[in-house]
Amino acid sequence: RKSCAVPSSPCSCSWTSSSVLLTFAVDRGNFKTCDQSAFCKRQRALKPGQSPYRALLETLELSDSRLTLQLINDNNKVHLLLELYRLQGNMTRVKINELKPLRPRFEVPDVLIAEPPTEPLSVLSKDDNGVVLSLGAKNQRLIVSARPFRLDIMQGPEVLLSLNSRGLLAFEHLRLHKDTDKEEDGLWEETFKSHTDTKPNGPTSISLDFSLPGVEHVYGIPEHADDLKLKTTDGGDPYRLYNLDVFQYELYNPMALYGSIPVMLAHNTQRTMGIFWLNAAETWVDISSNTAGKTVFGKMLDFVQGSSEKPQTDVRWISESGIIDVFIMLGPKPSDVFSQYASLTGTQSFPPLASLGYHQCRWNYNDQEDVKSVDQGFDQHDIPYDFIWLDIEHADGKRYFTWDPHKFPQPKEMLQGLMDKRRKMVAIVDPHIRVDSGYKIHNEITSKDFYVKNKDGRNYEGWCWPGNSGYPDFTKPEMRAWWSSMFAYDQYEGSMENLFTWNDMNEPSVFNGPEVTMHKDALHGKWEHRDIHNIYGLYVQMATAEGQTQRSGGVERPFVLTRAFFAGSQRYGAVWTGDNAAEWDHLKISIPMCLSLGLVGVSFCGADVGGFFKNPSTELLVRWYQTGAYQPFFRAHAHLDTTRREPWLFGPENTALIREVIRQRYALLPYWYQLLYQAHKTGMPVMRPLWVDYPKDTATFTIDDEFLIGSDLLVHPVTEEGSRGVTAYLPGAGEVWYDVHTFQKHNGAQNLYIPVTLSSIPVFQRGGSIIPRKDRVRRSSACMENDPYTLYVALSPKKFAEGELYIDDGHSLNYDTKKEFIHRSLTFANNALTSSNLCPDCNFLTSSWIEKVLILGASKPSKVLLKMDGKETPVDFEFDTSMSVLTLRKPGMNAGADWTLLLQ
Amino acid sequence: MTCVHLLLTLVFAVSLGTPVEIQRPRGVPLTSIQFYVENKPFTCLDGSRTISFDRVNDDYCDCKDGSDEPGTAACPNGSFHCTNAGYRPMFIPSSRINDGICDCCDTTDEYNSGAKCENTCKELGRKEREVLQKMAEITKEGFLLKQHLIEEAKKGQQEKQSKVTDMQGNKKQLDEKVEVLRTVKETAEQPEKEAKERHLKAWEEQKAAIRLEKDKAKMAEAFLELDDNADGFVSVSELQSHAELDADADGTLTETEAQGLMGGAEQVDTSTFESVWPNIKDKYHSEVSREEADMSCLVSSEVPFGQKVFFLEKTVVKLSAQKARDDFEEAEKALREMDDQIRNIEKELSFDFGPDAEFTYLYSQCYELTTGEYIYRLCPFNRVSQKPKYGGSETNLGTWGSWSGPENNKYLLMKYDHGTGCWQGPNRSTTVKLTCGKETVVTSTSEPSRCEYLIEFTTPAVCQEPANTDLSPHDHEEL
Repeated sequence: RKSCAVPSSPCSCSWTSSSVLLTFAVDRGNFKTCDQSAFCKRQRALKPGQSPYRALLETLELSDSRLTLQLINDNNKVHLLLELYRLQGNMTRVKINELKPLRPRFEVPDVLIAEPPTEPLSVLSKDDNGVVLSLGAKNQRLIVSARPFRLDIMQGPEVLLSLNSRGLLAFEHLRLHKDTDKEEDGLWEETFKSHTDTKPNGPTSISLDFSLPGVEHVYGIPEHADDLKLKTTDGGDPYRLYNLDVFQYELYNPMALYGSIPVMLAHNTQRTMGIFWLNAAETWVDISSNTAGKTVFGKMLDFVQGSSEKPQTDVRWISESGIIDVFIMLGPKPSDVFSQYASLTGTQSFPPLASLGYHQCRWNYNDQEDVKSVDQGFDQHDIPYDFIWLDIEHADGKRYFTWDPHKFPQPKEMLQGLMDKRRKMVAIVDPHIRVDSGYKIHNEITSKDFYVKNKDGRNYEGWCWPGNSGYPDFTKPEMRAWWSSMFAYDQYEGSMENLFTWNDMNEPSVFNGPEVTMHKDALHGKWEHRDIHNIYGLYVQMATAEGQTQRSGGVERPFVLTRAFFAGSQRYGAVWTGDNAAEWDHLKISIPMCLSLGLVGVSFCGADVGGFFKNPSTELLVRWYQTGAYQPFFRAHAHLDTTRREPWLFGPENTALIREVIRQRYALLPYWYQLLYQAHKTGMPVMRPLWVDYPKDTATFTIDDEFLIGSDLLVHPVTEEGSRGVTAYLPGAGEVWYDVHTFQKHNGAQNLYIPVTLSSIPVFQRGGSIIPRKDRVRRSSACMENDPYTLYVALSPKKFAEGELYIDDGHSLNYDTKKEFIHRSLTFANNALTSSNLCPDCNFLTSSWIEKVLILGASKPSKVLLKMDGKETPVDFEFDTSMSVLTLRKPGMNAGADWTLLLQ
Repeated sequence: MTCVHLLLTLVFAVSLGTPVEIQRPRGVPLTSIQFYVENKPFTCLDGSRTISFDRVNDDYCDCKDGSDEPGTAACPNGSFHCTNAGYRPMFIPSSRINDGICDCCDTTDEYNSGAKCENTCKELGRKEREVLQKMAEITKEGFLLKQHLIEEAKKGQQEKQSKVTDMQGNKKQLDEKVEVLRTVKETAEQPEKEAKERHLKAWEEQKAAIRLEKDKAKMAEAFLELDDNADGFVSVSELQSHAELDADADGTLTETEAQGLMGGAEQVDTSTFESVWPNIKDKYHSEVSREEADMSCLVSSEVPFGQKVFFLEKTVVKLSAQKARDDFEEAEKALREMDDQIRNIEKELSFDFGPDAEFTYLYSQCYELTTGEYIYRLCPFNRVSQKPKYGGSETNLGTWGSWSGPENNKYLLMKYDHGTGCWQGPNRSTTVKLTCGKETVVTSTSEPSRCEYLIEFTTPAVCQEPANTDLSPHDHEEL
């Protein structure tokens, strides 16, 4: 939730013009274009092919795994220091800083989970023109060219990636104002709208270009409301990374949004690579391609004539301050890139199982009575849900950590009521703190001197929901520790173990600040806000999640939703795509937005179901539930000014449609949970573009209206108004896909037209997979804890299938600290389905059992036997000839046991 | 519950005198017990298939309709019956069996979940009976009040109806009276009017005479001016010097044109100039142009004189006319007021005050409720408003729209709409939910959706006639 909507609130400030509200679109004038951002304009004005940088090969030093080398800018004689590292897991790190900066330049802390382990580099050859280094086995080399300076990473005869190949390396060295050669606009001061950025350090920006030969598809660098495949930016603005609270954002453009992850993936049929640009300042990314302008015919002509140059994508990163610190992830498989990135920044936090259920949110549930009646509404209509949410109106005068004494006089009573139903609540805690001497949180932050300072050293103040607000300096570890301690049950009055947290407005949003955020010359200790801007939101969520863990004595998993994020945010919880709108295009864009986040580590992603602003039509609402139920974070949310839209308010038919899809979600919770566990362990995205699993199938490279959940479910949501059919691409030549509703089998590598009605949700299970479900859907996930499983075994054409089953207590950290979990491998081969232990030294007991096994694409056996504990017992079965579905009735083994089912 | 089973249970209750546990599969209501016969094949209640009895409640769903698992959570669409002795029997969805949450007050839904449920049926039954008793009392008293209201309303309505009839009769008389008085007034006003007219005429005559004088003077003056050679005649050539008299507007006054103006004569003397003057006076430019100043001077000095005469005479006739005028106006006002009254009563009579006019008493009343922040004001059949407690202007939450309850009783909800517009939203509207109560009060207000308000309102007018049954516990149904 967010954004100026209440005229009496501080929002009556000038930045929302009424025309904006009426026309429903972002007011672009509030946000900078590259041309309006002085450093971007300067950097973009540089022409390729004129690099002034030269490597001073005589300065080369090689120690163990680190190579250093000085670079000189021949125009101004400023020396830079290049550091090269070969990192374990097929990665290269390139750092460039000034050799002797006037002052230290900012290097982003707290993003890498550890100093990345290195591997030895060795010099293969060296002459006056450059150095050739070995990147270990696989014939990989790193070539340093001296004049102009350039880096090429090669495998065999092929260049995988080049740095500064276009000569756009540019490093604005720190200088004194008096030493500035020429007085140029925006070097020492910059004004945008009514805001002046004082820039006491002058120009500090950096830039570097990357060339990707053979690459036509690049992805990532969220957050943008744009297609999955990144577009070239020639002739327009670059993609911008600068965490901003954008009111009523516009779709299909490169404008910055709430979060930033400076990671780009490059993919072709041979290889997937990644570039991680570790910099938290305002960043712009330009993309160009030598094939982008060509038509398919043009490309074909090139091919036929054999005259074509190799397709190539060129990328250029520009940041306002800090240093160049780049991680090149060399893949080669998509899964390798995911684990490489995960090894640097960590993986998706493993969320409590309940948080994968359905979340009911609204700005605002008015009072305890309202919460109670909504809760009862779900039971009356037999719709499951796990979390009900409270937005800013729950707090006493927007003083977070408090409760409105009239609307929520007995929060514990309310929470207990939910706990009795085995349900949970989320209450919002935003980082802006009301300046109010009667407010404990404000007083403590003031007395501990934890607020961000303005350039004059006084506490920075800005307008947000409570009116005049201070902003805690979350970059300070002491501040974060104190913030975490505020979540203790004795500090956060009215909180209980089933109360979780939502961090909104953490870009940070400052209603009267430049571009609705904090002034860049505000101070975080010795660093400017300019240096740390994009990581502020990560710190807020980090401190909040830590607080939740601490309140339980380190036993329970936290659940925190954030709007702003940065590389590494995946470690702290869930992300949603901010304040979208009840429009069909917003429903559509939720898919590429979450896919892009998934590619760069953030798997636990969702969009406001129904759309935040405006009122959805009933059809749109139903379609959004059907889409949202198949996205990782599944929460309905609505703006204060919208009419109520709890699932039962649209007539019995629509209530039934929404109930049905929420039930489908709950039945699949074991699969979702297992995928989140996998994401947590390996970095594999949960919601994936098709190309991740079909990397050689070029037909999948631009698909972003359908997606995979894990490897085994393919979803093509209906996102068109009045749709009567969709065409889904089923990938995989020689593979089969089963419609999960009808079990009808379809061949892979085809575009399949699927007629749809309002109740249709095209979902397919991959032949060759086994998906565990809990088909006994109850009113919350906790209620289903001990329920039995049904295994959906979808056979490949070779009559093979495999899958996994992961079980733990669903909420504690004991899976990690005590290995209290069950992890089974399920394999169907040679007419036998076998469950075997993937973690023999784990210990967890479950009372869940296997109640049913469905084998899709099976033939009729004469007999089915369960082999367990050395005994064989017959199992009843039924066979549906029309769909070739074999149902094994109540085999009954414990879900944690070793067993084999034999079909004879 | 069918009669047969009612009989059966009654037989048990009477013949044995003590509660008896009837053997039946878990979760099956007595009404369906005949379908679940121990050791006999079970046919799904939808008839879709038949299974052996050991598959009933074996924690595996065999029937599409869920009927084989009335006592387990195995079927997604099943339901479980709790007897809830002491309270009310009910069905819960199968998914609530052993889910760790106590749904049945007799605890029978949580037989294997570890949930610690207490049997609360007796307590619930007692409470419910209390509530029902209280409600019955309220309903009873409320219904009596309602009868009274209906009577009052009928009386009121009749009174109003006859009042309207009376008033319409009176109105006719008043109409006539007004007409009579109008004539009297007009007659009385006649002398005044005549005096006024007379003076107006005299004043006009006087003005005409003055004008004539003036014209003559002007003519003489013009003659002298035109007669350049002062020979006592105005000649054609002398006239030609006044180009403004040019008839065809070509800028020159030709000899022929001048002659034409002079009626064909070569020259005219003062007396014959009198016939020429009308031809030229409109266009003629005097060399000493002061004539307009003269006229205005004349007018402004003459008007007060004429009015003074008029006022004097008016005072004389006023004495008789004013009284007639006052009488007439008074009668006319009375007529207007009566019209208004008739219209108001007719409007009131046209409202839908319920099948027995039981809501009539709410008309032109207002009821307030003060909450933490606001004072809410409900004026039935008129409007709903909200005013901040600590100063600030009133907001209209809607004006009377219509009854909007369910089809079977539309008089349970009132809808007020077209209130003050919401910022970026719809116009405010309010739904008033009416429940039976002895008092007529606003009991709560809320804004469930932005700018859509809900007011709960109790009134005896919706109290239904209490059912003529005593309120004994339900537990004689099932033991």
